[in-house]
Amino acid sequence: MAETVERLVTNETPLPLGAYPKLVTRDMDVAGIDQIEVYRAHGGYTALAKALGQLQPDDLVEEVKRSGLRGRGGAGFATGLKWSFLPKESARPRYLCVNCDESEPGTFKDRMIMELNPHLLVEGTIIAAYATKVHHAFLYIRGELPFAMRQVERAVHAARAAGLIGTDILGSGFDLEITISRGAGAYICGEESALMESLEGKRGYPRLKPPFPAVVGLYGGPTVINNTETIATLPRIVELGAETYAAYGTEKSKGTRIYCLSGHVNRPGNYELPLGTPLRTLIEDFGGGVRGGKRLKAVIPGGSSTPFLTAEHLDVPLDYEAVLAAGSMLGSGGVIVLDEDTCIVGAVLRMTEFYRDESCGKCTPCREGTFWLVQLLERLEEGHGRESDLDLLNDICDNIAGKSFCPLGDAATSCIVSSIKLFRDEYLHHVRAHACLVGPKASRTDATLEKLAHHG
Amino acid sequence: MIGEDVKAQMREIAARYPSPLSGMLPCLHLAQETEGYITAAGMQAVAEVVGAKLDEVESVVTFYSMFHTQPVGAHVIKVCTSISCYLCGSDELLAHLEDKLGIRRGETTPDGAYTLQAVECLAACGMAPVLQVNDEFVEFVSPARADELLARLARGEGTEGLGSKWTLAGNAASANGTAAGTGATREGAES
Repeated sequence: MAETVERLVTNETPLPLGAYPKLVTRDMDVAGIDQIEVYRAHGGYTALAKALGQLQPDDLVEEVKRSGLRGRGGAGFATGLKWSFLPKESARPRYLCVNCDESEPGTFKDRMIMELNPHLLVEGTIIAAYATKVHHAFLYIRGELPFAMRQVERAVHAARAAGLIGTDILGSGFDLEITISRGAGAYICGEESALMESLEGKRGYPRLKPPFPAVVGLYGGPTVINNTETIATLPRIVELGAETYAAYGTEKSKGTRIYCLSGHVNRPGNYELPLGTPLRTLIEDFGGGVRGGKRLKAVIPGGSSTPFLTAEHLDVPLDYEAVLAAGSMLGSGGVIVLDEDTCIVGAVLRMTEFYRDESCGKCTPCREGTFWLVQLLERLEEGHGRESDLDLLNDICDNIAGKSFCPLGDAATSCIVSSIKLFRDEYLHHVRAHACLVGPKASRTDATLEKLAHHG
Repeated sequence: MIGEDVKAQMREIAARYPSPLSGMLPCLHLAQETEGYITAAGMQAVAEVVGAKLDEVESVVTFYSMFHTQPVGAHVIKVCTSISCYLCGSDELLAHLEDKLGIRRGETTPDGAYTLQAVECLAACGMAPVLQVNDEFVEFVSPARADELLARLARGEGTEGLGSKWTLAGNAASANGTAAGTGATREGAES
């Protein structure tokens, strides 16, 4: 059991950088890994063979439960538990949806998996379908990512030609059809019920829950919906065994995940780390620290929908519980770094414009509230705001959060409420001095960008 | 022009799903690829194939940001302006492109060569600032790189080599699929 295995990596035992485990990203830099022959030469599809040949679907669900895997899309719900909510019997067919609609600002890991190692995603999809007794799986790929889509299409085509998709896969008697579908530009479709509406050919409006997708989902049938990275982790769990996988990370946040590092750092990129690795290790050791030797002002740890942290939080371990305790959320793994020259009001305005533009318009608090939040933030940013606007912002946030069908409205409030709490003086400076506390906005020079473009 | 051949492709797409209505988005993409934007005829064809009313199709078209209801330029340049790109200079990049192309965001050049759009997060935050030319990525776009890009496009060249470079765990990896930026399409596409 996991409890008896010595933890391979924890936040108490820092490792040399090269010794960090790579599970999901293991073969990403292998030339040609997107080709089925190369993928197989690196052990690809052996996890599928093991799952189909040695495990019953219910055993596989238990295995994933034991691994401690939690959803990597944002909510962090336990994957095996989610699967077990599917009814044993149902009149309608059951479906699997893979959420490849990555669009949370700050997040760019799912696109990498699709572009670099699409067979890992396909193998994980087949394993998940087998575990959940699904015979038709859908990959809903974001419309703006046509190269990722071509890569996944080619992988599905090759897997089908190799007998890994279709009827009686590897002689197991298990049948699976995989259909790839393309989105068309709507952040809301990353929300699971909106994604299913979109897949059904409609506007991406979220559905009222309950009933949850496990009971009434796609085409009214019981439906499992998982994030791309979550699915791409399954072959490794099967390959290594749940206990070995669970030995990475912390007691409650097991395994590894891909952190997407962006913003004002020297080496932005995707870094797979065991859960519980301190934020400082990610930003300073992997990311090379804040660019230009500047000081760090703020960090968004889990995509733009999660509250700000500050330099005081650099030693917080990046696991679900510790980040929550620090006042934010691990979310989608999108870690965005803001340096000392960044105007918080300007940054929050930009993030809020995103939610205003992407609100689907179904629920009044979110549709109208995000509009008014932007109006107020614009006024503050331009130096025409009033001190009472801060209370008004908090009040509007309070009237949005928890009052809509889906979490988009809640997400819009995170950066506002947390920034007013953490950087109140900066807002007040905009009100009183009619100017930014930090002076003109700094941006990257041509030289910095050229260096990054050629990987310095 | 949506001919019988395109309609046949649409029917083939709709047949991949348990319900033909699910073919809505992929068929609209096909209509747009065929005609450059979503025309009344395009919507009519999609409505017939997926078994929807015309106003249902229109309602979907207006919901999703990728569907153009007006003609667009030969090169549609989408500049990401969301937070990570904003932090790395996307506003300056957009202003630079507006200046160079002589149009504002949302507009098309009079010769029909370029449409410039400001868009939300494109899932390339580690390569900020980023833009897409006809949905292919160009990364770390400094104003100088933007000039180089425009010069290439003016010469009729593509965006090869300007995108899909990944940094992971300190190492560089390039998407080595043959199709990056070449516009190669869906030989693998099927149900």
